[in-house]
Amino acid sequence: MPVQTVAPKIEVRERRADNTPPQQETGKTKVAVRDLDFFYGRVQALHSISVEIPERIVMAFIGPSGCGKSTFLRTLNRMNDVIPATRVGGQVLIDERDIYAPGTDVVELRRKVGMVFQKSNPFPKSIFDNVAYGLRINRLTKSNSELAGRVEQALKDAALWNEVKDRLKTSALSLSGGQQQRLCIARALAIRPEVLLMDEPASALDPIATSKIEELIFDLKKQYTIVIVTHNMQQAARVSDTTAFFLLGKLIEVNSTEKMFTAPNEKLTEDYITGRFG
Amino acid sequence: MDTHRHLDDELSSLRDRVLLLGGEAEQALERAMYSLTERDSEVARQVLEHDDRVDHLEVEIDRQCIDIIALRQPAARDLRFVISVAKMAPVLERIADHACNIARAAIDLNNEPELKSVLDLSRMADHALKMLRSSLDAFTSGDAIRAREIIKSDSEINDLYNHTFHRLIELMVTEPATATRDARLLFVAKHLERIGDYVTDICELTVYMAEAAFIKHTT
Repeated sequence: MPVQTVAPKIEVRERRADNTPPQQETGKTKVAVRDLDFFYGRVQALHSISVEIPERIVMAFIGPSGCGKSTFLRTLNRMNDVIPATRVGGQVLIDERDIYAPGTDVVELRRKVGMVFQKSNPFPKSIFDNVAYGLRINRLTKSNSELAGRVEQALKDAALWNEVKDRLKTSALSLSGGQQQRLCIARALAIRPEVLLMDEPASALDPIATSKIEELIFDLKKQYTIVIVTHNMQQAARVSDTTAFFLLGKLIEVNSTEKMFTAPNEKLTEDYITGRFG
Repeated sequence: MDTHRHLDDELSSLRDRVLLLGGEAEQALERAMYSLTERDSEVARQVLEHDDRVDHLEVEIDRQCIDIIALRQPAARDLRFVISVAKMAPVLERIADHACNIARAAIDLNNEPELKSVLDLSRMADHALKMLRSSLDAFTSGDAIRAREIIKSDSEINDLYNHTFHRLIELMVTEPATATRDARLLFVAKHLERIGDYVTDICELTVYMAEAAFIKHTT
């Protein structure tokens, strides 16, 4: 064997535990909120909120009860429209189009911006029909086989398929709490939204069901932009790329989740995160 | 809110304990150097006997940090504090270990005729002790500016070490009969120089704790 005379080079190699290719950096803004005010009657619930949400990330909104985070979430698909005497100022742009501009098709908007609520709310129908519901009323499929395919895909995306594939015709109400919540996620995913809003999606679930929802959120961000409201700061730390802190209807800080939980810029954020608030 | 009061109590107890460990390390070094300069082997033996307490304190701090992380899930400044303490405790324990090594050298040297070059080591030890005390003060008050100043002052210990090194080598050449003892003193000098490095580590952790800035390996 020849004697090696040249010292081996030191190479820096990126190693990924899961062998997946490095994640594509998109950076494109999916949702841009500018100077958003929101009023319940004469009470101002949101004060001049401006924030940009890049596509295919998970952004978590944290803050004490009544700080306006859920109200804010609902402004992103105009769910607050159904509450009487509410008023909105400013702009919410999704793909650069103002969703509050006159002539906006709210049904189309909510198809594009799906929502999952705190309490799972399956319809008293079969598992299949729950997921197929949005597809049917929006007439998004042309045949039964296409419908079945979309339902299957949505259930797979929601990590529920293997648990329900043999009982699609049974009532959705027979599922456990965690399964019902994933069914609601499947129902939201079936109509292929681009943004998914989640209002405390795991607050009523046990740790195992919570963990499944969190894993699901992690997987879903490859395809969707996810905005999650959570009271659970550890959950925000675990699932999100970016975290925003709300207080008294004001957006105090938006930062990368790492920075937010190790060295936030604002003292108010630090006080809240360390439990010294108030 | 009770939860954060509990956390505050635990963090306060952790701070007390790491300062206690710091005090033990400081005392071990001071006494080890005393045993060397005053040729008092009894004091050296006390330093060695006391080291178990230092080790025990380090383990306690370790355990307390793990408990706080697991049970309280600290964030932001609390997290930085706990992480800094968890990394600082073994550093302080090692400083005490170096003090023990100096005490062992003292026991050996005290059985031999005295060497004047011990005086150079006293200057190094004084500086190391001053740095250690200041670093613990900077940590207690979260004073990153002070911590950065202490890091800079490590060069003085390095200079003293280089000076001592050359002087002892010179002595080994000119007075071969003292070579074994000079070699032992050289080891003592190296221990003091390493203590300066460990104090630098403590200061880097203080800067991280106070400012969330990673300055390790940047100077």
